[in-house]
Amino acid sequence: MSIVLAGVAKSHGPVRALSDIDVTIERNTLVALLGPSGCGKSTLLRIIAGFDHADAGLIRIDGSDVSNVPARKRGIGFVAQHYALFPHMTVAQNVGFALDVRGTQREQTARRVAELLALVRLDGYGARLPRELSGGQRQRVALARALAAEPSILLLDEPFAALDLHVRRELRAWLRELHERTHVTTILVTHDADEAMELADRIVLLEDGRIVQTGTPSELYAAPQTPFAMRFFGNANLLQGADHLAVYVRPHEFVVDDRPFAGSLPGVVRRVAALGWRVALDVYTDDGQTVNAEISDVEAQRLEPRPGSRIFLSPRHAHSFAAAS
Amino acid sequence: MRRRDPIGGRPLLLGTTLVLVAAVVILPLASLVLALHGTTPATFAGAVLTPRALAALRLTVGSALGASIVDVFAGLYVAWVLARYRFPGRAALDALIDIPFALPPSVTGIALAVLYGAHGAFGAWLEAHGWHVANTQLGIVVALTFVAFPFVVRTVQEPLAQLPAAFSEAAASLGAGEWTTFWRVTLPLLGPALLTAFTLALARTLGEYGSVIFIAGNIPGRTEIAPLLIVTRLEEYDYAGAAAIAVVLLAVSFAMLLAINGFQRRMTLARTTL
Repeated sequence: MSIVLAGVAKSHGPVRALSDIDVTIERNTLVALLGPSGCGKSTLLRIIAGFDHADAGLIRIDGSDVSNVPARKRGIGFVAQHYALFPHMTVAQNVGFALDVRGTQREQTARRVAELLALVRLDGYGARLPRELSGGQRQRVALARALAAEPSILLLDEPFAALDLHVRRELRAWLRELHERTHVTTILVTHDADEAMELADRIVLLEDGRIVQTGTPSELYAAPQTPFAMRFFGNANLLQGADHLAVYVRPHEFVVDDRPFAGSLPGVVRRVAALGWRVALDVYTDDGQTVNAEISDVEAQRLEPRPGSRIFLSPRHAHSFAAAS
Repeated sequence: MRRRDPIGGRPLLLGTTLVLVAAVVILPLASLVLALHGTTPATFAGAVLTPRALAALRLTVGSALGASIVDVFAGLYVAWVLARYRFPGRAALDALIDIPFALPPSVTGIALAVLYGAHGAFGAWLEAHGWHVANTQLGIVVALTFVAFPFVVRTVQEPLAQLPAAFSEAAASLGAGEWTTFWRVTLPLLGPALLTAFTLALARTLGEYGSVIFIAGNIPGRTEIAPLLIVTRLEEYDYAGAAAIAVVLLAVSFAMLLAINGFQRRMTLARTTL
């Protein structure tokens, strides 16, 4: 189902949590609400779910305004950050809850629960209690439970934040696969730009309760419209530019050599950190700027940079913004 | 080799704790059993198996159970309102709940006797509508309910406030209405706390004396509670008789507390909150 938010605003007392939120989320897509903590992304998700009310604005699901529809009638599945599995119910009872509440026949519920547990690769775990599962397994149970209600929209609040790095990677790939199979319109809240880029069809970037930029992951990465957006997708060096321009360069977008070349900035290497296939250099330029540059391990073998080495660099690609922002 | 205790002081702390528990709890209980010295099974039965004593024990246990059950419902209700809603006068209401804690039992007893007596403000109205509170078991249950009420509210209030909203939100997003959410999610999660509250209320009400005797009428065989009968026996210098009834009351409360504890342990094991 498509979701349209128009002019949504929300305050917590004197604090503006969200202002002027206008977004359209197309049906069957996976969209990430991305931003640092406190940017309002979770509040926005809770408003869509019906747990919070917006002070102003409209929320339309497939054309109809749901502002006054209670959470349980919105047909929205919600997976909370810590999953909120009912601790006194078994995995099967958790997954079957939505069907039970509707009065679905017992055999039918059991069959559907088995299907869902297979879908999230937890066949045979039905009789366990949530506390007997690992974090990744709980996360999958929470997803199965939300999907049991056959929601038209699925909302995920920081679904991987509480998990180990390697479990997180595995689950990301799995979630994307699940989305390809179910095609449920999904909104994912995350503070992790990598996660958003890997999973989402489109990203909505938020800062201080406002939408900064909306687009595909590659659009946001390649053409950030503000320094904030630039910095949110990886490191960026702020260089002294011409009047009223802030010039940003990503660390890997420097040409680096041990001899001067046309337009190059001379400097001295301060620190070298080998990060595997790339090597990070902290360079102190002769005009007094500290620059972080990254070169490949192959380049590093050729240049052999050490603290104190003379080095010359020039941006291959730069992003300029009006200095006012 | 003995391993050194990294914190230290363990033998001393453990020792004084044992002495304290022995002096405060075990010694009085032991002396109660010692008071039975010289009692034969025949005289014990003679003291306990009289119609009057049996009626008193039955009345005490029944009224305590009834009052505790009423308190669990009423206490949960009030704790719910206090935990969920902000309203003017909330702090005052919250403070009022502790009053039964603070009042001397005899003051409570007189106040209730005046209120519910046949000529009391509330009592007269109730009498007119066919409800007899003073000098009946209902009066005893009313007094016990009053006395144990704060135990339940205070025991349930905190777990209720700590219960994450995420559980009821999850239930709502899965299509459950408020009643379904309450019965199937919130209440089970509060189960252990409610059982603790019930246990505390029961422990308090089984032995309650001062607040009950003014409203109960104390008619032997009908509204005479076991603790009062014990006092009566003592006043008659029948120490063995008093001790016999006391030991039975002790055994009954002990058995009930043990049963609840066992049940609660099973429940808590299954429901450890995530």
